[in-house]
Amino acid sequence: MSQLAFWILALIAVASAAGMVARRNPIHSALLLAINLAAVAGFYLMMRAEFLFIIQLLVYAGAIAVLFWFAIMVLIPGKDELSPDPLRPQRWLAIPLAGVLLLLVGAALRSGLFRGPTRGPAGGSETLYAMLLTDFLLPFEVTSFLLLAALVGVIALAKRRAA
Amino acid sequence: MVPESQYVAVSAVLFTIGVIGVLIRRNPLVVFMSIELMLNAANLALVAFGQRHGTVAGQALALFVIAVAAAEVAVGLAIIVSIFRVRRRLSIDELSLMRW
Repeated sequence: MSQLAFWILALIAVASAAGMVARRNPIHSALLLAINLAAVAGFYLMMRAEFLFIIQLLVYAGAIAVLFWFAIMVLIPGKDELSPDPLRPQRWLAIPLAGVLLLLVGAALRSGLFRGPTRGPAGGSETLYAMLLTDFLLPFEVTSFLLLAALVGVIALAKRRAA
Repeated sequence: MVPESQYVAVSAVLFTIGVIGVLIRRNPLVVFMSIELMLNAANLALVAFGQRHGTVAGQALALFVIAVAAAEVAVGLAIIVSIFRVRRRLSIDELSLMRW
């Protein structure tokens, strides 16, 4: 049963990712990206990472996807890629190279990372909250400062200059 | 139960698709989306390895990656919007001003 759910989610995730890269219209790419992010959220739920599932839906599939749509709606840059690509030979080099990358990662993963039994189930969300406020307290605070810095930076960057 | 190795395999495939997107697309927005795809694949691998080793540290790290990705998208899109205001065209090959 969970295998079936896994394969359905994997099919959705890989197909939407491939479609995202292949579609010419960036608004289609952004929609497919949202589908992909939701499928990955499903994986988190299957791995009993409920908190991450909610955060993935809220931040990624919610905020980030909407930000992309907004940027595309404002910019409408969809027609630029219809012109011929001056670097077209590089494109045919890119796909075999990516295949080599996948083979190398696969070889690394098969070299014994997954031998032996799983070391017990991880704790639930309560363990995560406790860990965030003890072991990861400094990164947690630094993250909040980073978000504040990004907020100020974005306002400074996007503000239209007067005159 | 689905073994963690399957999640990591899906993560590797998603990461490779993201790499292809960065390499072959010319619209900076789609390149950006491909980078998000790669970050997301890395998150999936982090959580899967955390489950395998019986700890929630992988989930905590993935949470930080999500926060950094959100900040990165906001700043990156602001930069792209500013570039578009000046140039009126968007192609990643034309943005070579700072290239050595």
